[in-house]
Amino acid sequence: MDKRDVSLTVNGRVYSARVETRVHLADFLRIEAGLTGTHLGCEHGVCGACTVLLDGEAVRSCLMLAVQANNRSVTTVEGLAGDGDLHPIQQAFRDNHGLQCGFCTPGMVMSLAAYLDEDPDPDEAGIREAISGNICRCTGYQGIVAAGIQAAAALRGEE
Amino acid sequence: MTRYVGANVLRSEDPRLLTGRGRYIDDISLAGMAHAAFVRAEHAHAAIKSIDVETARSLPGVQTVMTLDDLGEQYADKPMVQPYPSPALQQDIRLHPLAGDEVCFVGQPIAVVVADSRHAAEDAAAAVHVDYEPLPAIVDCRRALDTDAPLAHLGTESNHVGRLSVGFGDIDDAFQGAPHTFSEEFLQHRGGCHAMECRGVVALDDPDGDGLTVYSSTQAPYLVRAMLARYLEEDESRLRVIAPDVGGGFGPKAGVYPEEIVIPIAARVLGRPVKWVEDRREHFIATNQQGDQFWTLSVAAEADGTIRGVRGRVTCDNGAFTNYGALLGVTSLNPLPGPYAIPALDVELDMVFTNTPSKSPVRGAGRPNAAYAMERMIEAVARGLQLDPADVRARNFVTADQFPYQPGHKTGHGQPITYDSGDFHGCLEKVKEVADYDSFKSRQLAARETGRYLGIGVSSYIEDTGMGPYEAATVRVQPSGKVQVQSGLASQGQGHATVFSQVVADQLGVDFDDVVYQSADTGKFPLGVGTVASRTVVAASTAMHEAAIAVRDKAIALAAHLLEAAEDDLQIEDGMVSVKGDPGTGVTLGELARTLTPFNTGVVPEGFSPGLEATSHNVTRGAATASGSHIAEVEVDIQTGAVTLLEYSIAHDCGRMLNPQLVEGQVLGGVVHGVGNALFERMHYDDAGQPLSVNYGEYYLPLAAEMPHFNISHLETLSPLNPLGVKGAGEGGTIPAANAIIAAIENALAPFDVVISDYPVDPQRICQLLDESAARS
Repeated sequence: MDKRDVSLTVNGRVYSARVETRVHLADFLRIEAGLTGTHLGCEHGVCGACTVLLDGEAVRSCLMLAVQANNRSVTTVEGLAGDGDLHPIQQAFRDNHGLQCGFCTPGMVMSLAAYLDEDPDPDEAGIREAISGNICRCTGYQGIVAAGIQAAAALRGEE
Repeated sequence: MTRYVGANVLRSEDPRLLTGRGRYIDDISLAGMAHAAFVRAEHAHAAIKSIDVETARSLPGVQTVMTLDDLGEQYADKPMVQPYPSPALQQDIRLHPLAGDEVCFVGQPIAVVVADSRHAAEDAAAAVHVDYEPLPAIVDCRRALDTDAPLAHLGTESNHVGRLSVGFGDIDDAFQGAPHTFSEEFLQHRGGCHAMECRGVVALDDPDGDGLTVYSSTQAPYLVRAMLARYLEEDESRLRVIAPDVGGGFGPKAGVYPEEIVIPIAARVLGRPVKWVEDRREHFIATNQQGDQFWTLSVAAEADGTIRGVRGRVTCDNGAFTNYGALLGVTSLNPLPGPYAIPALDVELDMVFTNTPSKSPVRGAGRPNAAYAMERMIEAVARGLQLDPADVRARNFVTADQFPYQPGHKTGHGQPITYDSGDFHGCLEKVKEVADYDSFKSRQLAARETGRYLGIGVSSYIEDTGMGPYEAATVRVQPSGKVQVQSGLASQGQGHATVFSQVVADQLGVDFDDVVYQSADTGKFPLGVGTVASRTVVAASTAMHEAAIAVRDKAIALAAHLLEAAEDDLQIEDGMVSVKGDPGTGVTLGELARTLTPFNTGVVPEGFSPGLEATSHNVTRGAATASGSHIAEVEVDIQTGAVTLLEYSIAHDCGRMLNPQLVEGQVLGGVVHGVGNALFERMHYDDAGQPLSVNYGEYYLPLAAEMPHFNISHLETLSPLNPLGVKGAGEGGTIPAANAIIAAIENALAPFDVVISDYPVDPQRICQLLDESAARS
């Protein structure tokens, strides 16, 4: 099996490993970097649970090979809050009951992080559109949408 | 005293889950752990002529490849244990953990490969060659009892699993004298689990230590322990089953699966931990689903819409094996009367085998089917007599003065089914107000002027919640003063840790953050049942509440002894027992706990047992009856058949809400599941039983952009059956949703005289119905 050296910066720290070329980014993050906050829900690019930021852009880490992310910078849910306890998006999910089982949550949070970076003042429809590539079976989405609105306001400094 | 119960306390579970520190099954990694992949049936029905595992065994990294013969002699002809035995099961055909000489659905496990990595295991699984002789398959439950139908199992004479019936009153009289009767037939299709986390098992055997430890992404670790113990013929004390964080359950994760038998055996044989995590395709083909029910139902009614009786038949797809006994049939029949005072009922249900995955409860189990069936009858009466559907409901509701109400049928244990309490008219009035129901007709007519077709649909329901037989809890003040709460419950995201900590914190006067909640581990607590049927809050909150009160009483008694005060003069607050009016004079809970576990003095005060703790075993009697009404407003595009959900309003009554925000989460999630049933979720099979929808491009789940804003309001009719007055809330959202939406679509298309009946309904079907309507006129 063809193997390559892969090195990525995840949440500010460099992880290097020699992996099979078929290993996708999500498995690299979970197995090689030990960052199990990134979840695999479908492994065919629909559910969005595995969403991470690659150089600031939301990507599905199940649809991308680890070698494609070589020498690039990844942010996962573990790194979103930096040194703080909860990022404003995470806090908003908690305040608005935007999660139940929590399995889709890392992907939801990362999708919203990328979206709110692009559109800091969204309406409800915009948030629904932004997370329409993330499936949640538990919440009915209403709490997640409310969390998006609250988080956007918080990130604009309107807490 | 009440500070937390009834408040929107933020979940203690969340900080961990929000920052990637959850511990789901695939996050568990044990030293020396190997990885498993399954070889699964490629045919819906076939004889297995041979299985060639030699190539697979020789591949790099492969530890073992096991077929049924390799599991061990004692398992060679030993089907899995029936968790739900029932006299109604005429043919109880259960799965073997791995198939022997026949497979009966695509996805049935045939062999397991264990290797150093999941990649290596999957490579080797692909190298296992199974030689099949394909056999005819039965897929459509409506044909299963035809004399020329293919048989789902070799060696059987019929696809009949068993028959159930429900009835009361004089049904012949109800129909013979009826001024109006209406009949409908409809196919109800409910999809699968589709928790965002698939199933998974990690097993570790330590024969000289604690025995076998099994982690499983399950709703029912105690059921898994019980069935595994019986299958392996081992003592439960040597088995520990743990449900870690579980990423959604919704019913199908409450079963016991072959993988929960095979992975532990593989771990034992190899002497190293083994992990298997289901992938999404496996979830589509190997996890239990709910499937089809075909109903033929008639209703007899007076001219004013008063229902005299309902009778009919149901054919219920059981899938290939009886993994759930007759459970789905029972939960499809018993709830049939719903919120209505119906004088006579007579419905018979046949469960039939098909060559599809075994059928299991999915959110609501059979209750959404029963509710849909009865709501269809209400719609038929309203349509036939040109009455307002909401009025027909109100006319037939059980009234507030009729509780406790007994429709006339009995549970499987012979107890009369009893509705404990409710305010069905109140819920309907509330939801009509929220949805602005009375003004809808004018809005509808105005929209039609502009070529838009709006429709409104009402649906009402009850849910029997809090199923027994018991739940237990231990509340223990630790020497540190922190309160440990232990139970046998398993959470899949409902927020148990938060809600039960609220209940205990209130009784003990401690801070919410000082409660340590532990559950879902058979090694930590001996008794549990499972998180199913909207039962947990009802069955467990009583145990939590009673145990906490017992600890409080003990703490006050001990403090009275130590302070030489009368108990009546003491209060429990801020983590201490103190003299009323003199909060400085007191003793902390931690001090009291240390007094009862005295390492230094070596003396337990006379008259007291050691440990500041109590255990309550709550045996549930009767069902706390939750209820509600929903109204959906839709727009239908008559060119494309597209349905847009414009508004959705809910009036919901689950008794006392311990944490209203969490109740809303349960209800809304449930409604969206029902929206999926009505509009999106369909498991497709071809005539040979090959599944055609095995990814989320082919099987549609509800997405955020298609969901409306839900308006929810609550009534709180307390249950008289438990001290907190609670009723379950996990499935009530799903139960009425399909009819609300289907009725709304029919209402939108009333000018075309369209009756939909079957669900899910997709745009193609709506266009087809509109074409048929055009052809008629």
